[in-house]
Amino acid sequence: MKHREAWLRSVAIFNLAFLYLPILVLLVFSFNASRLAATWQGFSWHWYGQLIENGALHAATGNSLLVAVVSTALAMVLGIPAAMGLERLARRSQHILGGMLLLPLVIPEVMMGVSLLLLFVMADMPLGLTTVILGHTVFNLPVVIVIVRAKLRKLDSCLEEAAADLGASPWRIFRLVTFPLLRPAILGAVLMAFTVSLDDFIVTFFVAGPGATTLPLKVYSMIKSGVSPEINALSALMVLLSMNLVGFSLLLQRR
Amino acid sequence: MKLYKMSVLSLVLVSVALGNGCQRGSEPGNRTLHYFTWSDYVSPELLTEFERQHGVRVVIDTFSSNEELLAKLQSGATGYDVTVPSDFMVSIMITQGLLAELDAKAIPNVALLEEHLQRLAFDPEHRYAVPYLWGTVGIGYDSAAVTPPPDSWAVLWDPRYTGKISMLNDQREVFGAVLRSMGKSMNVTDPETIEAAKQKLIAQKPLVKTYASEHYDQLLASGDVILAHGWGGPVARAMRERPSIKYVVPKEGGTIWADCLVVLKSSQKKELAMQFINFLLDTRVAAQTSERLLFAASNREAQRMVSRQVRENPAVYPPADLVPRLEWMTDVGKAMRVYDRAWTELKIH
Amino acid sequence: MNQLSRSAESLGDMGNPVSSHRMTYWLLTPGVLWSVVFLFIPLMVVGVISFATRGTYGGVIWQFSLENYRDVWHVVYARIFGQSLVLASLTTIICLVLGFPLAYYIVRLSPRWQAVWLMLIMIPFWTNFLVRTYAWIFILRTEGLLNTLLLGLGVITTPLDLLYTDKAVLIGLVYGYLPFMVLPLYATLERLDPAFVEAARDLYANQWSVFRRVIVPLTKPGIIAGCLLVFIPSLGAFLTPDLLGGARNMMVGNLIQHEYLVARDWPLGSAISLILLIIVMAAVVAYFFVESIRSRQELDP
Repeated sequence: MKHREAWLRSVAIFNLAFLYLPILVLLVFSFNASRLAATWQGFSWHWYGQLIENGALHAATGNSLLVAVVSTALAMVLGIPAAMGLERLARRSQHILGGMLLLPLVIPEVMMGVSLLLLFVMADMPLGLTTVILGHTVFNLPVVIVIVRAKLRKLDSCLEEAAADLGASPWRIFRLVTFPLLRPAILGAVLMAFTVSLDDFIVTFFVAGPGATTLPLKVYSMIKSGVSPEINALSALMVLLSMNLVGFSLLLQRR
Repeated sequence: MKLYKMSVLSLVLVSVALGNGCQRGSEPGNRTLHYFTWSDYVSPELLTEFERQHGVRVVIDTFSSNEELLAKLQSGATGYDVTVPSDFMVSIMITQGLLAELDAKAIPNVALLEEHLQRLAFDPEHRYAVPYLWGTVGIGYDSAAVTPPPDSWAVLWDPRYTGKISMLNDQREVFGAVLRSMGKSMNVTDPETIEAAKQKLIAQKPLVKTYASEHYDQLLASGDVILAHGWGGPVARAMRERPSIKYVVPKEGGTIWADCLVVLKSSQKKELAMQFINFLLDTRVAAQTSERLLFAASNREAQRMVSRQVRENPAVYPPADLVPRLEWMTDVGKAMRVYDRAWTELKIH
Repeated sequence: MNQLSRSAESLGDMGNPVSSHRMTYWLLTPGVLWSVVFLFIPLMVVGVISFATRGTYGGVIWQFSLENYRDVWHVVYARIFGQSLVLASLTTIICLVLGFPLAYYIVRLSPRWQAVWLMLIMIPFWTNFLVRTYAWIFILRTEGLLNTLLLGLGVITTPLDLLYTDKAVLIGLVYGYLPFMVLPLYATLERLDPAFVEAARDLYANQWSVFRRVIVPLTKPGIIAGCLLVFIPSLGAFLTPDLLGGARNMMVGNLIQHEYLVARDWPLGSAISLILLIIVMAAVVAYFFVESIRSRQELDP
């Protein structure tokens, strides 16, 4: 009995280590004074300093943030009503329409990127920041729908009905009853969609145009040019940011 | 919780502000020049002078092969102003109507071109393209690990070096290497020869560690590979980090290439683009570029200005006696499709 | 509960069911319209182009042709589907072997610790995939952390040649999708009645028999769900083989990118994409099928 317990625990810890060690390694070596070696050569903030001076990185970060904000906003505007609408449907229709709306979650990202690229080419639309935003909204939409819908299901519709009985218009019902109840989920969805957009590479890769380089795209070209502690430093920052955003999002969704 | 919400809100506001600030700078049509170039050619410091002189921003995007450049342009990335295709790709782009005609008066530095770069076959009058940087393709190797010193493309097929060889991730160059090793021209168009070349490459694949066009200098310097098929410049970079590294153009011959500055027809800032080209061709700027990027400048005066170390490095400035052995890559027309296919099949083997 | 509330709602709505429907319509239209324009129409465009021909230098010529599909069945291209299926399967198996004990361990913790572990497992997944894959480049290269460590400890004498091999791709894939295996396994194991395990232990002395004959069959739907959740994305993986494969270990995702952004054969690329999509959708349908069995199983065990 004890053997098995110990064995299970060690496997579990191994798994956790496997998941977190690479991230920790990146973090630790971002402070390594040496450029190439994997041996510790002394502590240094040098590479973080390089990051701050890197102008192209600033532009890329700005682009990423802009795309994330706009595409998240769009996804919210489209997704919250869609989630509410889905809940009102009969079970059958829910499955069909829900499947349709959540399709981007299962399609390989390469396919989404490629199909969007073709759409823009056929529509003669030049690639640029706009096409990136449009693309990001496509996969942010299901993220918002899933999160909001999960909360909606747990809500007791008695409150909404009571408001309706009292003669409130649908908009008032939403504003004064539904929205406050959904607030944690909505905030959680915002954070999640924001993170997903910040981290997206593949779709952006296909539909980005001149001057539309986002942070992941910049990191990708840095990686292709070789290993560098600067990338480690940048990675460490990105990981810390994502972890915080997602951690908070998950916490919010539990309320 | 309230504090957290406020911080989230402020993050959002800050990001919008930041995004807007950066966006205003990089919108096409807003005194921003979009320069689409090889990842090896990026040196922001060299451009700050131009930015200050003309009060513009130069935004750089990169690619790592000619086919990638063409694909990106064909996919509707129309915001680029200046780009740098290689010789044969210039021909293709002219055929496809992608290039704007250059105004000779706007680019006076054309007069300073190297002898052998004037009147190039694909655009003898420089109506569309002006050579910028040029050089050779050969093999970078660690002389401490490769004995005897290689002089033939065949060394890349030597099983003694299995797992320590890198080839360029470049369709025409890789086929160029294998075709030369077979004693053929690198511009063959008949499918049988191309197929035979492909088979030889497939036989080589188990020995190849990676197909890399971008960081093989690092791979050489760190010892991940000891034989690297590559352009001279990155090998010269690796030489600095590891002195035992040497460069050789095999006896069967190799590529002589010239990457040319062109203005895209879809550009909205053709005048600025041509000023930029003229700037890059300026003697002093060209010399600095050559010194920094370790590629041979097309400006003949610039060659005299670079440091001796750079000028006498055969990986950067090919010695004159080498030139007759070298072959220019040309557009293979319809056969390009055969090469595209063969390259894909090699990659997925 | 839902039915009741909906009828109550429509009654409370002044007895007018039509306006309720209209409301639903207005709520759904924007999202659905967006999906149609930016998801379904593009997919149809891909389908249409898969039957066209490529121009000499690239681009599309509108000439109907089945050649692309014929080419995909050509040995060379079919091979890459085979390679991808193999890699995806291996990834799935390894994830299962690693994930099952992990899920089993978590299930037996207190509820608060369960929540902590689950969150810990999910968080890395949501951080940037690019960065996490780069970490493996850093670790696996010849002068990377792993080799430095092993050489330093004297375990090996020459550096391991890991980076840019299919082993590196496999490690990257397992790393990326392990959390996807753990969660469904956990969900199923949670519902497992410990009484079954107790009874089995009373009857069989052997730990392994208990595992094989009781736990596995009862958790089979969870196992299959987890396997599909790992298999499907690994099949369409792009970044992992791109960064860790050294441009020589391609998977279907890389081939598609290659056809579009290097070889410029959009019709062929589209045909390959469509076939990948069909395979993926088949797996997704299988997943939902299994899930419905699993949920029905929970209603009457």
